[in-house]
Amino acid sequence: MNGEIIVNVCMGTGGIAAGAEMVMKAFEEEFASAGVENATVQSRCKLHKVGCRGFCAKDVLVDISVGGEVSTYQFIQPEMVKRLVKEHVIGQKPIKEWMAGEDYHVFHDNQTKIILHDLGKINPESIDDYLSVDGYTAARKALTTMTPEEVIVTVKNSGLRGRGGGGFPTGLKWSLCAANEADQRYVICNADEGDPGAFMDRSVVEGNPHAVVEGMIITAYAIGATLGYVYIRAEYPLAVHRLRIALDQAREKGFLGKNLFGGTFDFDIKIKLGAGAFVCGEETALIASIEGERGMPRAKPPFPANKGLWGKPTIINNVETLANVPPIISKGAEWFASYGSEKSKGTKVIALTGKIRNTGLIEIPMGMPLNDIIFKIGGGIEGDKLFKAVQTGGPSGGCIPQQYIDLPVDYEGLKSVGSMMGSGGMVVLDETDCMVNIAKFFLTFTQEESCGKCVPCRIGTKRLLEILTRITEGNGRKGDIELLQELAEDVRDSSLCGLGMSAPNPVISTIKYFRHEYEAHINQKKCPAKVCNKLLTFFIRPDQCVGCGMCAKACSVKAISGELKQPHAIDNSLCIKCGSCYDVCKFNAVIKD
Amino acid sequence: MINLTIDDKKIEAPDGATVLEAARLARIDIPTLCHDPRMKPFGACRLCIVEIGGLPRPVTSCTTPATEGMVVVTTNSKLERLRKTTVELLLSDHPNDCMVCIQAGQCSLQELAYRYGLRENRFKGAVRQHNRVDNNPFIMREQDKCVLCGLCVRVCDEVEGVAAIGFANRGFESDICPPFKKDLDCEFCGQCVAVCPTGALSGKMWAGQPRLEQTRSTETTCTYCGCGCNLTLHTHADKVVRVTSRPDNHNRGWLCVKGRFGYEFIASPERLTTPLIRRQKGGPLEPAGWDETLDLVASRLTAIRDQHGADAVAGLASARCTNEENYLFQKMFRAGIGTNNVDHCARY
Ligand SMILES: Cc1cc2nc3c(=O)[nH]c(=O)nc-3n(C[C@H](O)[C@H](O)[C@H](O)COP(=O)(O)O)c2cc1C
Ligand code: SF4
Ligand code: SF4
Ligand code: SF4
Ligand code: SF4
Ligand code: SF4
Ligand code: FES
Ligand code: FES
Repeated sequence: MNGEIIVNVCMGTGGIAAGAEMVMKAFEEEFASAGVENATVQSRCKLHKVGCRGFCAKDVLVDISVGGEVSTYQFIQPEMVKRLVKEHVIGQKPIKEWMAGEDYHVFHDNQTKIILHDLGKINPESIDDYLSVDGYTAARKALTTMTPEEVIVTVKNSGLRGRGGGGFPTGLKWSLCAANEADQRYVICNADEGDPGAFMDRSVVEGNPHAVVEGMIITAYAIGATLGYVYIRAEYPLAVHRLRIALDQAREKGFLGKNLFGGTFDFDIKIKLGAGAFVCGEETALIASIEGERGMPRAKPPFPANKGLWGKPTIINNVETLANVPPIISKGAEWFASYGSEKSKGTKVIALTGKIRNTGLIEIPMGMPLNDIIFKIGGGIEGDKLFKAVQTGGPSGGCIPQQYIDLPVDYEGLKSVGSMMGSGGMVVLDETDCMVNIAKFFLTFTQEESCGKCVPCRIGTKRLLEILTRITEGNGRKGDIELLQELAEDVRDSSLCGLGMSAPNPVISTIKYFRHEYEAHINQKKCPAKVCNKLLTFFIRPDQCVGCGMCAKACSVKAISGELKQPHAIDNSLCIKCGSCYDVCKFNAVIKD
Repeated sequence: MINLTIDDKKIEAPDGATVLEAARLARIDIPTLCHDPRMKPFGACRLCIVEIGGLPRPVTSCTTPATEGMVVVTTNSKLERLRKTTVELLLSDHPNDCMVCIQAGQCSLQELAYRYGLRENRFKGAVRQHNRVDNNPFIMREQDKCVLCGLCVRVCDEVEGVAAIGFANRGFESDICPPFKKDLDCEFCGQCVAVCPTGALSGKMWAGQPRLEQTRSTETTCTYCGCGCNLTLHTHADKVVRVTSRPDNHNRGWLCVKGRFGYEFIASPERLTTPLIRRQKGGPLEPAGWDETLDLVASRLTAIRDQHGADAVAGLASARCTNEENYLFQKMFRAGIGTNNVDHCARY
């Protein structure tokens, strides 16, 4: 349609946080009032809310497309809308200076999008939008033209592996489940996503919920399940809301409920809200939680595929795993297997964060070198500092140092250097990050999230954390590195579930690659990255200090003295090294060394 | 039957057996702390780990089903190192006051500490402060001695069907407690106390009394009800100081609050220890010997029967007597006195 005008406003969580609802409203009002002057505008204009397109740091992102010509605007605020409508929508002249820059395009151009393909393009609250991008054709194809066995074989041949962390071959898991004699089977979508900083699954559910629903329908058909659950954290209200809408819409169209697609297969989906425990993402704990028990893992075997929810064969798959299923069925196993590396097929959605220029949600073909992710898509290190390491796999992944910058990012590659894919978190660290402190940070999380069931994890992670803490506070002892290593290995080797097995990874990998930093903390009582306050001395540079007195006010132990407008000084015999003065000084006069 | 090899021994185990059960059948020792064959396996303490051919990491033998052809190793330096670390971790968060602990001598943790010779501890650090004072008369909880084996939680749920206690909190601060951390308010059957491997749970009335190994055991039957649970009375200086029950008896070691804690009456000064006879109408009840009493009863019953016929006599026995006693009682009435007027309280 020539001259058709489409405005897409990012209404992902990042967009909404940046004020997308107000922007949306401003557009509505602007269109209404402009429509009075120019009757043609409003009827030709389509205003859409769309999901996250990954670069949330630039929100509110708005696409304006006139006759197929798309311009993307960044940092849009409600008061800018008037001019956008006037100049671009009506006047057909894009506003150059507000448009997303080169970095936005570099960020996107180096990605390969299967999962995120339609995110940021379609309205997640409209099933018609999803249908317009061939939504539900895969489910229809599977249910009306394929046998369950054919579906399983297709997924097997595609090489799809679980995106929730383990990387277990999805088709194989399905066939193990389907092989059980049972009067009932279940499909569970794992949308618990408890890793700090991870938002891959949230964005997918928020941005394209129908893809997950369709994936579940196909899975259910393949294994013969008539009921499915989406286990999703209650802290994701927008995702839950959009999922509810999607389920209602799918039921209305006959894609859920009885006699799907006019055939004989019945399937419906329930939502179960999680209460925010990291361990409830572990599949056996998740099942216990759905059953109304405390979310504590249990030993495997039996595996959920054989004995899961209510004792029945159950398939648990991650959000992203399930969202991969419809394109595999539509376009075929070979198409999917053409992406990725030898043993890891397809793409992986990654939450790229840390000391990097372009933080956000990205999708890469499996096997892409770290270098390309960090320096191409990510745009390199913020502030041109030196790259030090990258932590992958969430709180229980490992830290990968500079020397492996060419490492292919896939299941085997990450594992070979002592890290893991996990759910796809990637935190980039630079020269100002202290590796002992990083290990401590992650252990603080896993220690608190341990379910408490088994001894090595419950007490072992606590002791690991205590030792790390004393090292960062200058009380490290000779032998602590070896003690950490031994305990870390023992916790890894004797814990019950994946949490305890992997929680020591940050310790093991940082000792392996950054032992010298541990030694500096313990032997020289120095923190090379100047992060661990207790190992630093604070002083004020007289030539920089303007004598504002902010530091003296901030110091709770009154260690700072000085006349107003005269250089201040710190009495190191009183200083408790809290770092408050360093944080408040606007003139960089407080130095730590 | 399943054929497997454990520590180079060829073993036949019944279908459905776990690796631990198979090993125990073959008298192979594997340490455990959270296991009780009367309950479902839990896999929490990680002491029963073994290596199984083909599996990449050690697994817990209490939860792993034995399968045909399995090759199991229950001990080597690696497994012993892991076990030792586990025990050391437990002890690092433990008051270690065996000297004044009621469980000393019966304590699984103490036994493990001894087994691994753990005098020093590499992991000294914070310890939990979870003790609380309950007002209930029966159960003492010293939760800083708790190893979170979950046996109490499981017995209360699986056996007692009460579920009065559960896990709370996460991580190092995990804890066993009644809902909302209130006082224990339950059946007080003491099943949880009986299965607790440490001194974390004990009977309040046991405090300061001789520990078990100072006592003499006498097997008997509970007199409280017709279930007739087997009891072991533990006596010291002719006084019952504790009651336990063996897991291999017909009540599988489970008791109720009366059987477990209701033993103080035995030593009560108010308890009748001789028969009493009222020698004249309106007079007091006076202590008497058994011979005199039995003669009196026999002569009065005979007189009544002779004068009014056997059906003028009726006997009502107690359900708290044993089957044998009740059998003799009805025999006496039917064959001795000649009446069918005999019954016992449990019929009502
Ligand atoms: C501590 C812990 C947390 C986990 N959290 C998640 C999670 O948030 N989402 C998820 O999909 N899988 C999570 N997993 C992995 C699941 O146990 C399970 O392997 C996965 O959902 C299987 O799906 P997949 O085969 O599609 O990956 C977690 C595992 C562990 C041990
Ligand atoms: S490893 Fe940690 S989280 Fe997993 S069962 Fe053990 S205590 Fe719980
Ligand atoms: S580091 Fe803290 S204690 Fe020391 S001088 Fe600064 S504000 Fe005071
Ligand atoms: S519970 Fe066991 S180890 Fe702990 S103090 Fe008592 S006897 Fe000693
Ligand atoms: S005394 Fe009995 S009912 Fe009470 S908590 Fe213990 S096992 Fe449960
Ligand atoms: S109280 Fe005793 S039985 Fe209960 S979990 Fe603790 S140690 Fe185990
Ligand atoms: S929410 Fe707008 S780009 Fe992520
Ligand atoms: S006895 Fe097997 S884990 Fe405790």
